[in-house]
Amino acid sequence: MKTFDWKEKLLTVLFWLAALAVVGILFSIIGYIVWKGIAVVNLDFILEAPSRAGREGGISIAIVGTVYLTAVSLAIATPLGVGTAIYLEEYARRRSKFAYLVNLTSETLAGVPSIVFGLFGFVFFVIFLGMGWSVLSGSLTLAIMLLPTITRTAQEAILAVPHEYRENSLALGASKWQTVSRIIIPSALPGIVTGIILSIGRAVGETAAVILTAGSSLGMPGGLFDPARTMSVHLYILATEGISLERAFGTAFLIVILVIVINYFANLSLYRLSHSRNNR
Amino acid sequence: MLIDEAGGEMSRDYFAGNDADLVRRKLIEKIIEKLLMFSAGISILAIVLISLFIFAQGLPLISEIGIRSFLFSLDWSPSRGEFGIGAMFIGSLVVTFSALLWAVPLSLTVAIFMAEIAPAKIGEIMAGIVELLAGIPSVVYGFFGLIIIVPFIRNNLGGNGMSVLAGAFILGIMILPTIINISRDSIVAVPREYKESSLALGATYYQTISRVLVPAAKSGIITAIILGTGRAIGETMAVVMVTGNAAIIPENILFPVRTMTSNIVLEMGYAVGDHQAALFATGIVLFVFIVVLNLVINILKAVKRNENI
Repeated sequence: MKTFDWKEKLLTVLFWLAALAVVGILFSIIGYIVWKGIAVVNLDFILEAPSRAGREGGISIAIVGTVYLTAVSLAIATPLGVGTAIYLEEYARRRSKFAYLVNLTSETLAGVPSIVFGLFGFVFFVIFLGMGWSVLSGSLTLAIMLLPTITRTAQEAILAVPHEYRENSLALGASKWQTVSRIIIPSALPGIVTGIILSIGRAVGETAAVILTAGSSLGMPGGLFDPARTMSVHLYILATEGISLERAFGTAFLIVILVIVINYFANLSLYRLSHSRNNR
Repeated sequence: MLIDEAGGEMSRDYFAGNDADLVRRKLIEKIIEKLLMFSAGISILAIVLISLFIFAQGLPLISEIGIRSFLFSLDWSPSRGEFGIGAMFIGSLVVTFSALLWAVPLSLTVAIFMAEIAPAKIGEIMAGIVELLAGIPSVVYGFFGLIIIVPFIRNNLGGNGMSVLAGAFILGIMILPTIINISRDSIVAVPREYKESSLALGATYYQTISRVLVPAAKSGIITAIILGTGRAIGETMAVVMVTGNAAIIPENILFPVRTMTSNIVLEMGYAVGDHQAALFATGIVLFVFIVVLNLVINILKAVKRNENI
């Protein structure tokens, strides 16, 4: 009996150490990048355009590129993803072939490596549709990548809406779409928003697909058909081509901060979701 | 009869306005349903287009040189028209396997910790930590690897630092969240009675975990590992930044290595003609890999469903 106690204690320590290792990994990565990057970042770094291929100046262009691509891709993916979720949960028959196929392809899309999306975006949007390396090509490619996340989170949120809401609304004489648009979507909104916020994080960080579809031009993107460079692509080029380690740290710092802020908001809306569920 | 009809007319008018209004509203409902169905169809369309375009670009080259010599020939020299991705194919497998080797045991330990051992508050904090780990972009992981891990390996273990080991370390970190989250969920989903019965029979806490909870959560854990494998095979930016990218078969873990994904991102910028086709063919291999992994997961799900019935 004594030896048993010993083993159990040792195992407990091991489990705690494993958890600690994961915490340690996260904090050493974030800590190091913040420590090295915070000295580089100031208002000029954010507002100035890069010069001499990024050796000098700031990263304003990359910030604009990131915001531009993220906004356009979300503007495309959000209605499609939420629409898909509504169709699957509210309209499609449970065991219909179509719904099964949508779920299956959506799952497959979620697993396809980003470089494959990049290849597809390059040959389809950039070459075949003649959009060139542009904000639009990049955003459309990104939109397809974001679709599964937005769909799945919206599906879960819609599923969590109590059944009585639908029945009450329909019993009051509301039509299907009235029920969906005035009852279900508002009730599911926190979950839908979480999906959108998570997608922002993915869009900001995506590199492989973006570099093949939006290009890596250092010009300021003026319109949808201009090429653009995102912060992630900028960081990749600065670091691997040995252009400026200092500016790479600054860029990495801004990306990490952005990711932390995005995560915070995603958790906030998740919290609100579970909170409203508990109050029910 | 007449009265009935008149009454019907009257009540319809009374509840739903006039006929034209009703028809218009029904039409709108129908249009909206079709629009929603269309957006659902986009996922199918996307997969069809992706397969179509990537296969159209890459398949002719594969059939020309033969799938076997494309996959296993070690001669990759596009300038001479030699397109064998053997070294990259093995490179991807080696880096992925080495990453799984340490990431799977650590992830499962942490998943069990979060599901069963940690106090609720600590479990919540860990969930936040894992979320954040999942949110950090691969290029940031790659940058960290390049600045910290590569020099560390160079100075302490030898070689130039850009190596299988550096790739395996960074990649392992990146797949932690995938494996942790899914296996934790499947452990949490094990019915409470299983655990209670085991404890009531006099099993210790850890006996219950290793002989009851983990076996019961087996299919979820396998799914987690498969998804982690898929993520590792497909990962590009982090790997390309830390593995040195030499298209050779590494003799040991301190050797540089080039993966299939790295090969695409490194050469896509300037590749033309057959060379570009060969990169698309590499994309086909990746795509097929992921589809097969997904299939396995779906089969697992189906088996699990049958077991439950």
